[in-house]
Amino acid sequence: MLHAQNVAKSFTLHTQGSVTIPVFQGVDFTLSGGECIALTGESGSGKSTFMRMLYANYTCSDGSIRVFHDGDWLDITTASPHSILEVRKRTMGYVSQFLRVIPRVPTLEIVAEPLVALGAARDHAMDKARDLLTRLRIPERLWQLSPLTFSGGEQQRVNIARGFIADYPIMLLDEPTASLDAQNRATVLALIEEAKGRGAAIAGIFHDHETRDAVCTGSFDVTSFKVGAND
Amino acid sequence: MTQISNPLLRVDNLTMMYGDRVGCKDVSFELRPGEVLGIVGESGSGKSTLLRSISAQQEPTKGTVQYNTRIDGVCDVYQMSEAQRRLLMRTDWAFVHQNPRDGLRMNVSAGANIGERLMAIGDRHYGNIRSNADAWLGKVEIASERIDDLPSTFSGGMQQRLQIARNLVTSPRLVFMDEPTGGLDVSVQARLLDLLRGLVHDLNLAVIIVTHDLAVARLLSHRLMVMQQGKVIEHGLTDQVLDDPQHPYTQLLVSSILQN
Repeated sequence: MLHAQNVAKSFTLHTQGSVTIPVFQGVDFTLSGGECIALTGESGSGKSTFMRMLYANYTCSDGSIRVFHDGDWLDITTASPHSILEVRKRTMGYVSQFLRVIPRVPTLEIVAEPLVALGAARDHAMDKARDLLTRLRIPERLWQLSPLTFSGGEQQRVNIARGFIADYPIMLLDEPTASLDAQNRATVLALIEEAKGRGAAIAGIFHDHETRDAVCTGSFDVTSFKVGAND
Repeated sequence: MTQISNPLLRVDNLTMMYGDRVGCKDVSFELRPGEVLGIVGESGSGKSTLLRSISAQQEPTKGTVQYNTRIDGVCDVYQMSEAQRRLLMRTDWAFVHQNPRDGLRMNVSAGANIGERLMAIGDRHYGNIRSNADAWLGKVEIASERIDDLPSTFSGGMQQRLQIARNLVTSPRLVFMDEPTGGLDVSVQARLLDLLRGLVHDLNLAVIIVTHDLAVARLLSHRLMVMQQGKVIEHGLTDQVLDDPQHPYTQLLVSSILQN
């Protein structure tokens, strides 16, 4: 579903004396349907950076990232903004650690939105949003409120509900179980298992071993591609 | 590598000089139906000049602006007849000014402000015009009972929403916005943003929005153009430009945002 080849990334900080910070180089990574690969490496090794590159949120300094979209392979490192937005709408979902929404929009709408954008009937999208919010234990009295007033853990669960509603063929999960209690973590693990079951290709960053061991079919260590790692 | 089919608007090498001074220089881009393009940059970077030149308000020194009109297909905005251009500007295009006083007629009622655009395109039935105006007041969350009040009795946020209703009543396909949330306080801004985003989505509007507020740009626009000294120095997917800026000036702009 996704092939990254010879990917390199470095940041040039023009505002700080044009320092160039190399992150990694020569990364080859493949993600297939039905698998859940854990991206591993110590803090600062570039796991989140790599995931953001897979989502085309960050640019690549070198290499290609091809995504299977609409029956064809598309290199998102050279694709037009319009194509990338289409990929994100229909093919690739991303659960980040931050919730970015317009104040005032009710939680239920925010969760249902990706499915509505895909052209699903509004009622169906709302039903599915209710179902996900219930499973993730967000009390019904909060559904009509903006999630910006929620606690960190509640916002994280709203993010997860929004990420899982559209059944994307490819899913990227950045610490989906951080700041969740045991019950909610179990729900997220179940959601990941269901996504694997329908054939989704998943890459995730998980802070704890138990989560990783429970759902992942393999792991990918980003550290070995760090610039200078083999010198 | 941009391959865009059927753009609504196409701008090529647009340059506006004020004597020897550069207003904007060599700007080219395309816009599709339903696409929202944000233009950001500091004061004096040429954002508003560019917007005026694209929207037929100020003829550029060089370059072309082509628009895919409903009736005649693709036309050069500065080559069409005055009558054609005026019709375009009051039907298929809309312009939301930063200061609602520039976009509203302050000495006629709210209902008349909306109705005027309808009459300009030939609507003559008073009952229809009034009910249409009333429906639009509802869409922008202004109570029906205010329909006969003058805009000067409205708050700043209400005036801005009225300006939006006045503009959208003719079902335009392209809307130009110059700092639409500029003079509003934060809670009013959020409401307006929510309203704008809903309307853009429901009506499949193409929008060119000039703003110096990067948070507004992030929430509303699909693509972002960053301007400095009249030139476009970075252009791409909104979150890519904001989260992984490549140009020194964009990096400075993004890193200057206050965190809260």
